Amino acid sequence: MNQVEKALVNRLQHGLPLVHYPYAAIASELGLSEQQVLEGIKKLLAEGVLTRFGPMFHAGELGGGLTLAAMRIPEADFEKVTGQVNNFPEVAHNYRREHDLNMWFVLATETQSAITDTICAIENVTGYPVYNMPKEQEFHVHLHFPV
Amino acid sequence: MSTSTSLSETGPLTSFVMTDTDRKLILATQAGLPLVANPWAELGKQLQMDADDVLARFQAMQQAGVIRRVAAVPDHYRLGYRYNGMTVWDVHDDHIAELGAAVGELPFVSHCYRRPRHLPYWSFNLFAMVHGTTREEVESKATQIRAVLGDACLQHTILYSSAILKKTGLRLRK
Repeated sequence: MNQVEKALVNRLQHGLPLVHYPYAAIASELGLSEQQVLEGIKKLLAEGVLTRFGPMFHAGELGGGLTLAAMRIPEADFEKVTGQVNNFPEVAHNYRREHDLNMWFVLATETQSAITDTICAIENVTGYPVYNMPKEQEFHVHLHFPV
Repeated sequence: MSTSTSLSETGPLTSFVMTDTDRKLILATQAGLPLVANPWAELGKQLQMDADDVLARFQAMQQAGVIRRVAAVPDHYRLGYRYNGMTVWDVHDDHIAELGAAVGELPFVSHCYRRPRHLPYWSFNLFAMVHGTTREEVESKATQIRAVLGDACLQHTILYSSAILKKTGLRLRK
């Protein structure tokens, strides 16, 4: 990444000002042109440095459901089950982890009751149990990766 | 995680009531905000709305916390943060509220939650996400968490991620 890209990655993780010309506002903050900001974001997305650029919705505040769930999938079935699980639009993130419980995903649903329904549907499709681990208390959330 | 992550969980319904317009705006932007000078005008064109009204709804949703922020979600592996450690701790229930808060205050902990145990199989009830460029860095951070928890923690482990299988964020069914 060049210096402009690094500056964009750092600044854009913090959120865009909600004004009519937000990219121009970011550009003037960073001493860039609006075009550099727009082209920079497009390039970072195309290269996969950014997985997404846009509003980060909070499913809970929308009245919906959100939970973390885990599964224990034998290696021989891992790829197949990954496809089955990822096929659910309710699966917002999914990570493979080095543990007996080797698949960890976040479910985000439009209604709270849809969490249980989705977990049942995943168990039915995959044939494996899902361990539901909803948040009981939030102590801190702040994710930022400086580069 | 992330968002990810970015995604965070909350409890029951709040006072914000999503309008049909809000739902349309979410559907139109859940994959990304238009990359044009005035993204609100672009969305207005798609949804036959005035750009000012689009912007006003985004401001209202952010104010209400429905939108945390409009921001970039990086692939942390690509930024050199190769070791994503979900540290999990078996903490005495009587002390988890104060100890969870103390762990959450450590500057390198990005997310920290209390979650249910699944005994006898899963005995960990405190989750603290830690990122590092090396495994040693994550382990040294875990040691610092261990010091905060002291005798109230019976056991812990670190689950490293070895692959991002999916990272799209919230998607409403259309």
